[in-house]
Amino acid sequence: MRSLGTQFTIATTLAWRNLWRNHRRTLVMLAAIVVGVWAMILFGALMRGMLDEMVRGGLNSLPGEVQIHNPQYRDDPSIENSMAPPAGELLASLDRAPITAWTARIKVPGMLASERDNRGLMLLGVDPAGEVALGFDPKDIVEGRFLESASDRGIVIGRRMAERLETELGKRVVVMSQDLNNEVADRGVRVVGIFRARLQADEESRAWLGRDAMQELLGAGDAVSEIAVTGNDYKAVDDWWQGLAESAGPELETLPWQQLQPFLDSMFRAQGSVNAVLTVIIFLALSFGLVNTLVMAVFERVREIGLMMALGMKPASVMYQVLLESLYLLALGLIIGNVLAVATLWPMRNGIDISVVGEGLEMAGMGSTLYPVLAWQDMLGSTLIVLILGLLASLLPAWRASRLDPVQALTRN
Amino acid sequence: MAAVRCRALSKCFVQGEQVITGLDDVSLDIAEGEFVGLCGPSGSGKTTLLNALGGLDTPDSGEIEIGDLRVDLLGKGALAEMRLHRIGFVFQAYNLIPVLSARENIEFVMQVQGVPAQERKARSLAILEEVGLADHEDRLPAQLSGGQQQRVAVARAIVSQPTLVLADEPTANLDSHSADQLMDLFGVLNRERGITFVIATHDARVMAYCRRLVRLLDGKIVSDERQPGQGQTAA
Repeated sequence: MRSLGTQFTIATTLAWRNLWRNHRRTLVMLAAIVVGVWAMILFGALMRGMLDEMVRGGLNSLPGEVQIHNPQYRDDPSIENSMAPPAGELLASLDRAPITAWTARIKVPGMLASERDNRGLMLLGVDPAGEVALGFDPKDIVEGRFLESASDRGIVIGRRMAERLETELGKRVVVMSQDLNNEVADRGVRVVGIFRARLQADEESRAWLGRDAMQELLGAGDAVSEIAVTGNDYKAVDDWWQGLAESAGPELETLPWQQLQPFLDSMFRAQGSVNAVLTVIIFLALSFGLVNTLVMAVFERVREIGLMMALGMKPASVMYQVLLESLYLLALGLIIGNVLAVATLWPMRNGIDISVVGEGLEMAGMGSTLYPVLAWQDMLGSTLIVLILGLLASLLPAWRASRLDPVQALTRN
Repeated sequence: MAAVRCRALSKCFVQGEQVITGLDDVSLDIAEGEFVGLCGPSGSGKTTLLNALGGLDTPDSGEIEIGDLRVDLLGKGALAEMRLHRIGFVFQAYNLIPVLSARENIEFVMQVQGVPAQERKARSLAILEEVGLADHEDRLPAQLSGGQQQRVAVARAIVSQPTLVLADEPTANLDSHSADQLMDLFGVLNRERGITFVIATHDARVMAYCRRLVRLLDGKIVSDERQPGQGQTAA
């Protein structure tokens, strides 16, 4: 039986040397593959970074990758549809890994009024330490301070809300909502802090108050509207949220961010497909060049291929020989393209300032800095697509080479 | 056993509306170790017969046996195997692979056969020495003269120890000195290794070397003569 290793040696030697017989043509094709691969990975990393920003932005606008509510709460987020604070098995589960932080908050619709204007918004009664643990960044307080404790009686409002109400730090505003008895509950509170948010919409859609103060205002006792939970990796939430749902029991509704914000989830899921489609489109264009390169290479070597067949090389080996040449070209292009993409993305690891177009992107939930995310899945995906499409495109010239008639090929000038 | 045996071979080619007779009822027996010249003018059927014997072309009708193999009954894969293991080819235009060195060109057939690297190297170096190109092993075909290239082609043809060498106008591109050297080499290989040679030629110098001359005209064998005195035949 013929040694496969020996066959491989001759095929690899010939493929490599043949590739460089026409330096210019090979280099042009190689450059096209490199640029294509580089562009695909770069684009994928920017897209992934953008999506990551959007998901994080979306999650940051309401911290917590998983939320637990009264089952009626999402239809009617009033204090009536609140729940008891976590206890027993649920509390034990919340304190277990991989959960890294959780907090219980009051979250009800309400109104905020100054002496000039009034606005509807979501009133958040929170334990500030829990919110910080969950992801709220105190650096986002641009004036004054954040709440000091759950019993803090001040209010922290957004920058935009302050503008709308024409109020400022230190002034009093009136907080208004419905209490448990469906009566209007209102109270004057002092603005102790003004926060900024990644999305300007968030700056006027919510305000932070102490949880105890809110419970007292609404006559809710120790009831809370939601329990927000994080594991510090939104992509890994599927690993643990169902266990938490079991601990919460059927009388509570436990949902991960994908179900709480299905738009973000669909974008997240679409990312892979978008990248794959773009990769396919880019490489389909490239594959015409590749086919042309190989067709020319075969055409120029008809006599040689005829000779190899006359000497006893089988058609399948001839086909393998041409495919190997293509594989070399593709592999070389992929290696250089991948390395170049990593080298391009490395200096961008600390983010790209996109504040020039920031306002437009804010609509999509992005901040002013874009952090490209180089995922090995994208690199592997584009590599596989390029390899598979490239080899498929090479099949035609390889097949044509293997079908040559040795006698006719040997007489070709 | 006959090295080559063919019966009633016919082959026609169609060129436009014209039908050209390549072989017309050709029957021929060649014993092992013979040194045979196929001669005749252009278009007489020499190359067609050679290609049919080598399994490069299939006849329209007739039978061909190479040793114990019925060539006309073999499929493409089996024909490739037969060419690889039993037949050595020498072509008019040398036909070396330009990206491989002299030694690599000789090793090519052995690589396809699956001969291990060490054995390949030893055999190719030995054969290079035998054809007088021991110092040229690393040269590419473009760095060799026509005569040297043809000797490399001969080395490639015999390195896998075939029983039959088919040579198509091997001296057509060589000067007389190189042609004499090549024919001397063929003679030595025929005598010392017992390799059967079938050479298509219309070169009188080559004909003079052949112990047996088969003349073709319009695809038919018109004469089959043994020439005394040359002494190359090992049979």
